[in-house]
Amino acid sequence: MSTYPDQAATTASPVIVPGAVPPDTVLEIRDLSVVYRTSGGDVRAVDRVNLDLAAGEVIGLAGESGSGKSTLVYGASRLLRAPALITSGSVRYSGRRVTEPVDVLTMKPDELRRLRWREIAIVFQSAMNALNPVLNVRDQMTDVMHAHLRISRDEAREKAAALLDLVGIPRSRLRSYPHELSGGMRQRVMIAMALAIEPEIVIMDEPTTALDVVVQRDILAQIVELKERLSFSILFITHDLSLLLELADRIAVMYAGQLLEIGTAEEIHHEPSHPYTRGLLNSFPSLHGPRRELAGIPGSPPDLRNPPPGCPFLPRCGFGTAACREVDMHLLSVATSKNPAHVTACPFVLPETPAPPKPQAQPETVGELGA
Amino acid sequence: MSEQTHTLTSAAAARGPLAMQAISVSKDFRIGRHQTLHAVRDVSFNLYRGAVVALVGESGSGKSTAARMLAGQERLTSGVIQLDGKRVEVTSRGDFRRYKSHVQLVFQDPFASLNPVHTVRYHLERPVKLHQGKDVDVDAEVVALMEQVRLTPAKQFLVKYPHELSGGQRQRVSFARALAAHPSVLLADEPVSMLDVSIRLEMLALLDDLRQRFKLAMLYITHDIASARYFADEVLVMYAGEIVERGPAEEVTQHPAHPYTQLLVASAPDPDNLGSTLRRKTHRSSAADTSGRAGAEAAQKPGSAATVGCPFSPRCPFADDHCYAEDPALLQISATRGAACWHLDEAAPELVAKWPDNGGTSPSAPIGTESTN
Repeated sequence: MSTYPDQAATTASPVIVPGAVPPDTVLEIRDLSVVYRTSGGDVRAVDRVNLDLAAGEVIGLAGESGSGKSTLVYGASRLLRAPALITSGSVRYSGRRVTEPVDVLTMKPDELRRLRWREIAIVFQSAMNALNPVLNVRDQMTDVMHAHLRISRDEAREKAAALLDLVGIPRSRLRSYPHELSGGMRQRVMIAMALAIEPEIVIMDEPTTALDVVVQRDILAQIVELKERLSFSILFITHDLSLLLELADRIAVMYAGQLLEIGTAEEIHHEPSHPYTRGLLNSFPSLHGPRRELAGIPGSPPDLRNPPPGCPFLPRCGFGTAACREVDMHLLSVATSKNPAHVTACPFVLPETPAPPKPQAQPETVGELGA
Repeated sequence: MSEQTHTLTSAAAARGPLAMQAISVSKDFRIGRHQTLHAVRDVSFNLYRGAVVALVGESGSGKSTAARMLAGQERLTSGVIQLDGKRVEVTSRGDFRRYKSHVQLVFQDPFASLNPVHTVRYHLERPVKLHQGKDVDVDAEVVALMEQVRLTPAKQFLVKYPHELSGGQRQRVSFARALAAHPSVLLADEPVSMLDVSIRLEMLALLDDLRQRFKLAMLYITHDIASARYFADEVLVMYAGEIVERGPAEEVTQHPAHPYTQLLVASAPDPDNLGSTLRRKTHRSSAADTSGRAGAEAAQKPGSAATVGCPFSPRCPFADDHCYAEDPALLQISATRGAACWHLDEAAPELVAKWPDNGGTSPSAPIGTESTN
């Protein structure tokens, strides 16, 4: 039996039914692991990740390319296909429109079809690739609505126009094709489409990475404004930590398939605990304020086919000791933090631990990718 | 352009002797039958040995076209490029090859700029053989190049193919390839923007090290004005094919004079302003929505920037009829700074007031050809 109300009832008032999950948690990722099956062995792209998303919250997922941040989110929304394989975990979704929490990972195809876009929508990184080049903007948008709502053609067209208003694109662009739009406009169309069915959660995978800073700021401001107006939750993926510090309520830092630190933007910025988080914070040049000594993070991420024992960041960590090889990766509350939800995977380094002496520039090492 | 009251000195000039000069360089592209895109309009700047000049601007502002002209890959519509005081004319393949041994270009995407079917060794051997004559010990030279970009042990890397390397390693190979010609000028077109944040800094540090060691005259093209602050001596801000502001990197980024530079600086993510700027901006922009957004849209298409008058006028809060009618030349604000704006006294009053010759009353005289010493 489906846990969804009838499709036509989307505009009916939301029903909140208390379940096992507190009502304000919309997505509860537990112990999620994803591997990529390759001829050279399994690549452990996501390794036992736990993450909660509250209603109306903006969570930023920060990490380098290859850290597994996209895989985590696509895994949680069942968008991965072979050779990716979800090996463990559960993803509980409990929005206003479902009567009780549902496990996304055990859904049947028709249930999944109703979950996607209506409950969880995605804005992909490359709008040029995500939009259909042979359909104009209006047809792509009404296509989505016809797939998920019982709606007449005229209603759908009117709604498409209203959505363009929402993201600040003139209605005259309804008949434009993707190649006729600038990068910023394409990304706005993507956002408008994601919001078409008023989803509970919007996943944004580097939505502004390919854009100029001015356009980027414009779009981010618009996202924040729309979020406040339509009250959805955002899972925002990016490698640009400086952007997340401004945008997100909470930030989860991912490295080598594992979450290394979760805290509020404030905590991550002013009391970063994990050495990797500190490294990231020291990696971007600041435009405002005094010039800082920049350090960067020497070395490269580990080979996830054969992850090193203990902490995955150890080979690049300035604080590393022999004990780090033994450490079992668990997120624990930062001992000195007032907020028990500020958690870190490093039990040895605290926010007030002084930085280690600056290492010499290291030569690149061979073999972390090929060999 | 003959009677000049001031000459503007490049902030990079103190670093070393003049290597390359672009003098009133322009490039037009024909688009469609009766339309012309002015990709680069009357741009002048100098590159000095051992100094970094950053060219900052949004995509479509003409910064890559400028670099391609300096690299000899694009014909100039008008203007002159000089290398070591001699006019550059690349008309034949032989010219181009000789020119490349002085001026090298590094591209943004190390995936696309390395040939996937060749090893690292092949990528480095070819330029060594082409540019360094027959007597050179190719193997030793290739190993030396690898060590200069810190890809060691060289022997292990030389047999690898591009797909076996990480993004940072691939970009190191492109740097080594550019160095193989022993150039005096290195043009780096967004050399780090495809790389992860944690690796970018290392790459910029490496470029800085190479600049010092080989006294390279470097043009650093980027859309990230924050990295220009840390890496460059002089910053040139480009908008719709024109240089709208120039000056010492720290001054331009901390006290931008031109309204566009101010917008650029205000748009960069500012972690010290947690949440507040974005949210505050939201409310402001939703209140006065239509004008701002229409402007932003006009600016998204490079061709749609104003062709008459100041190119920034459709987006500019200070724009008036004068701006729509006449394009301002670069006006001097200090010995090393200039900005192309009719309303500098409104946009940056404190900067204009400091320059004694105009006493803060009106923009000073336009700057002509820049002094070369």
